[in-house]
Amino acid sequence: MTKQLDGITRNLLTAVADLHDTPSGAYNLRLNGQSGGRRSTTNIQITTKEDKPGIDVHIKPGTVNESVHIPVVLSESGLTETVYNDFYIGEGADVIIVAGCGIHNGGADKAEHDGLHRFFVGRGARVRYIEKHYGEGDGSGQRIMNPHTVAELAPDSYLEMETVQIKGVDSTIRRTDAILQNGATLVVKEKIMTHGNQLAETHFNVEMNGAGAACSVSSRSVAAGQSQQIFCSNIVGNAPCNGHSECDGIIMDSAKISAIPEIVANHLDASLIHEAAIGKIAGEQILKLQTLGLTEAEAEAQIISGFLK
Amino acid sequence: MLELKNIYFQAADRDILHDVSLQIADNRFVVITGPNGSGKTTLARLIMGIEKPSQGQIIFNGQDITDLGITERARLGLSFAFQQPVRFKGLTVTDLISLAAGTDKKLSTAEVCEYLSEVGLCARDYVNREVDGKLSGGELKRIEIAGLLARGDQTKLAVFDEPEAGIDLWSFNNLIEVFTNLRTQSAASIIVISHQERILAITDELIVLSGGQIASQGKRETILPQLINIDYKYSCKGGARND
Ligand SMILES: Nc1ncnc2c1ncn2[C@@H]1O[C@H](COP(=O)(O)OP(=O)(O)O)[C@@H](O)[C@H]1O
Ligand SMILES: [Mg+2]
Repeated sequence: MTKQLDGITRNLLTAVADLHDTPSGAYNLRLNGQSGGRRSTTNIQITTKEDKPGIDVHIKPGTVNESVHIPVVLSESGLTETVYNDFYIGEGADVIIVAGCGIHNGGADKAEHDGLHRFFVGRGARVRYIEKHYGEGDGSGQRIMNPHTVAELAPDSYLEMETVQIKGVDSTIRRTDAILQNGATLVVKEKIMTHGNQLAETHFNVEMNGAGAACSVSSRSVAAGQSQQIFCSNIVGNAPCNGHSECDGIIMDSAKISAIPEIVANHLDASLIHEAAIGKIAGEQILKLQTLGLTEAEAEAQIISGFLK
Repeated sequence: MLELKNIYFQAADRDILHDVSLQIADNRFVVITGPNGSGKTTLARLIMGIEKPSQGQIIFNGQDITDLGITERARLGLSFAFQQPVRFKGLTVTDLISLAAGTDKKLSTAEVCEYLSEVGLCARDYVNREVDGKLSGGELKRIEIAGLLARGDQTKLAVFDEPEAGIDLWSFNNLIEVFTNLRTQSAASIIVISHQERILAITDELIVLSGGQIASQGKRETILPQLINIDYKYSCKGGARND
């Protein structure tokens, strides 16, 4: 990257983007509210927004096997920012977009990153979007992230969103709004683990407006300590379509999880399913792993890491 | 050597096991049989430390293990294949077999495949599958047995609780082979809880449990001919459960 990166920044980058060095392909690093380096490629153009903080990413039609990395790192206490990033994915493109936000808060003030990401997925395009949230630092200041994603899926396009937040983030409210035209598919896989007094709220609103649209939203979460999680999904079928949402939660200690599913069928051929299961780790699972020689604590750790894998 | 001395287990205000004493010498193959509800699984769970006896002692290789937990017993060399295998969301067959093998790192696909093919599973289809509700009862059962095989030399005494349940006829031959191999090649003692004639046929010793008590115990040749009478007598009077 263009700037010399310090140890903290490197750690955060590894955590959120598996990056140890400058990524190959297009990238944009946002470092404490400023640009920390950027590269556009022939097919992927990244430009700064004129009217507000953020970037526009234009991916040319037919671009295949390319990736864009857009990590965000906050390592100064007291920094609050809202960023607007727009992605225009051309027809028939097939790309991977890796976003991620790492906050290191060693101070007493809160550090907050809010973002609005909008995806305009062109006809027949395929996008895999990966977003990791990671927080660290032993300051008393809160680490807060509120991502809002808007996705508009053109006919026959495909968007897969994988979001991961394992510990470290004190408060997060995630909102995802998607509109699907005919033949478009949205797949969301969310993984969350909270502990301490953390709060995590996710809202998924999906509207399937075209024939043959399909969506699958699944959330696997673990809430430990006194943390709280709320999972809300609202899937609306306005055409012949298939929708599936699933929330699977493990609670530990005195944590709380609520799952609030809503499925709305406005068309006779809309087929919508919601499944939710919340409970503590099954005692038999711990017993079984103990019979293999693991301690109770080791067994729990294995069960949770498998569940969130 | 495993020794149970005057074991009692009470639950729901009754004796599930009543004054059970037995010895399993080293390098033995022993089958425990008896009607449903006679207390076989309870006995196995007591041996593994999943349940604690209300009274009595369990001695393993000279050490009183009555108060030891499951983990400690596993580390002493006791292994247990559950009658109803546990399902895990997220843990794959490879994860589970690797944990059983007790190595720090994951086993390679080839290593996992070796254990799976021993129990008749076409291995490559399974290594990355989750050990969850999507597997059939018979598949889970065979993975459970493969896990016990993966414990290898760590096992000094293995207990298999109705390994044949849910396993189809074709795989059953495989299962018999697993046990004949264990019997001849492993230095561990093997206890198999079973109703299956073909498993009864390969055992050295037979213990018949009925109504929470040992009804008879001894060499296969002596006990087998009496079996039908014992079953009849106790399953009618003993309030045995149908399951
Ligand atoms: N914890 C328990 N509480 C109440 N009843 C139990 C408990 N464990 C076992 N039982 C009862 O003890 C009897 C023996 O059960 P089990 O050991 O599973 O028999 P088997 O394996 O021989 O079929 C059954 O009637 C069962 O319902
Ligand atoms: Mg049983």
